[in-house]
Amino acid sequence: MRIIHTGIVNFIRNASLAIAAMAVMIVTLTIVLFSLIANATFSNTIKQITDKIDVSVYLKDTVSAKQANQLVGQLRTLQNAEKVTYLNKEQVLANYRKQNAGNEQLLQAVNETSNPLPATIHIKPRDLNKINDIKVYLEKPNIKAMESDPPSYSGNLKEAIDNITHATNILREIGIIAVVIFGIVSALIIFNTIQMAIFNRRDEIQIMRLLGASTSYIRGPFIVESMIYGLLSAIISVLIINGVFVAASSTLQATTLGLLDIGYATTYFDSHFWLFLTLQILVGIVIGAASSFIATRRYLRFKTK
Amino acid sequence: MILLDRVTKTYNKNLGPALDRISLHVEPKEFVIVVGQSGAGKSTLLKLLTREERQSGGKIIIGGIDYDKLPDKDIPLLRRKIGVVFQDFKLLPNKTVFENVAFALEIVGVSHKEILHTVPKVLDIVNLTGKEKRMPYELSGGERQRVAIARAIVRQPKILIADEPTGNLDPKHAWDVIRVLEKINRYGTTVLLTTHNVEIVNKLKRRVVTIQNGRIVGDRANASYKI
Repeated sequence: MRIIHTGIVNFIRNASLAIAAMAVMIVTLTIVLFSLIANATFSNTIKQITDKIDVSVYLKDTVSAKQANQLVGQLRTLQNAEKVTYLNKEQVLANYRKQNAGNEQLLQAVNETSNPLPATIHIKPRDLNKINDIKVYLEKPNIKAMESDPPSYSGNLKEAIDNITHATNILREIGIIAVVIFGIVSALIIFNTIQMAIFNRRDEIQIMRLLGASTSYIRGPFIVESMIYGLLSAIISVLIINGVFVAASSTLQATTLGLLDIGYATTYFDSHFWLFLTLQILVGIVIGAASSFIATRRYLRFKTK
Repeated sequence: MILLDRVTKTYNKNLGPALDRISLHVEPKEFVIVVGQSGAGKSTLLKLLTREERQSGGKIIIGGIDYDKLPDKDIPLLRRKIGVVFQDFKLLPNKTVFENVAFALEIVGVSHKEILHTVPKVLDIVNLTGKEKRMPYELSGGERQRVAIARAIVRQPKILIADEPTGNLDPKHAWDVIRVLEKINRYGTTVLLTTHNVEIVNKLKRRVVTIQNGRIVGDRANASYKI
């Protein structure tokens, strides 16, 4: 009880240093939280794009349904093929009609000819980066012979897809590196701030030592104090992020900023609010407790030589 | 009560020992004055007793505790058995008189109720009744030193070590402090006092141990200051 009470009293008395330590911790926690959300949002964006990507194999009209099903079976054995669907000529036509429902002229043109559209196999890849495996497989002469046209990668978007995947991968890596660097830097700053707070009270520590205070009795209040920094910083940082989203959604008409889908980020944050708050509080308290534990160590050592 | 057997302390091998094979025996309830010039080794001796420093050689046994066999984690327990008063008081500046004295009890987990009961009694012994709520900066040097003494004796130690407690005080206040130390000694506490003050030594007529260049060069009962 006394230890907790002393910690709280110290926190109030050392207001200026407390604010300095908390400012650093708030910035760190905010960046960490923001990176988490940004990362989730990027992942979501990538997933949305990649979900739309598939490989289409166009079959010659001479290929029988049986042969086509055989090919589908073979393609399903491919490791990177998540889903293989076969659409016969009629289904493709029906789809085409649906997609172009507004374009009367086009529909009329299709109606006037006998169905010009080829039966199609759609292959949804498991891993976009390994789409080449499927491509190589489709290059096999016996399969190639069945194809009416070269397979399309979502309407030859392959290159664009590659670019997006590449870009988002880099963004994600930058995000992770940034979080790590900010984490280390802020841990050091927090550690230093707390050490400064302790340095300011080294006389007090020395007196407590001479009066026979135990190590935990001296250290306890410092750790409680730092844990309060962590707790408050976590709450403030979550509130800041919350405020940013509220402001962004009310002032910005656009729901995306470049690759960052604000709409999704907001829902993601809202749905995980309590998880984030708990997580931030835990991280804040652990950082505070750990750095003050280490910072007090050198002032609590006994001379042994 | 205090037993030193050929205790040596060397800080720096090139400078020679600060204390050189000191042997000293202090009986319970004794009042011993340690005198010597600055740098003679008085402070080092007291620092060894409170285990702020560790002896380089020899044996220290206080109240039955052999310092060689004392693990670090038990040092706080040792210090709780010895009251110490410093020349610079070492009061906590942001605590009141009452809180400073109570602090020594809080450390060892004494209940709030008992603190409220004990602290006023001790403040009465050092003649500070009525100044419980003062902050240290509101007190004179002599009053501050008496707060420090109250803090040192509130746990009723068997031994009180006073390191030049009058060093920063004018004669009148110095005597206030010395009178309090004598009173505590009469109650049965062993007192070890270091001082520079010739007048105090001569008037007290107690056992005087003289240290010079890290050695004991005189140890006489009922003595006066002579260097």
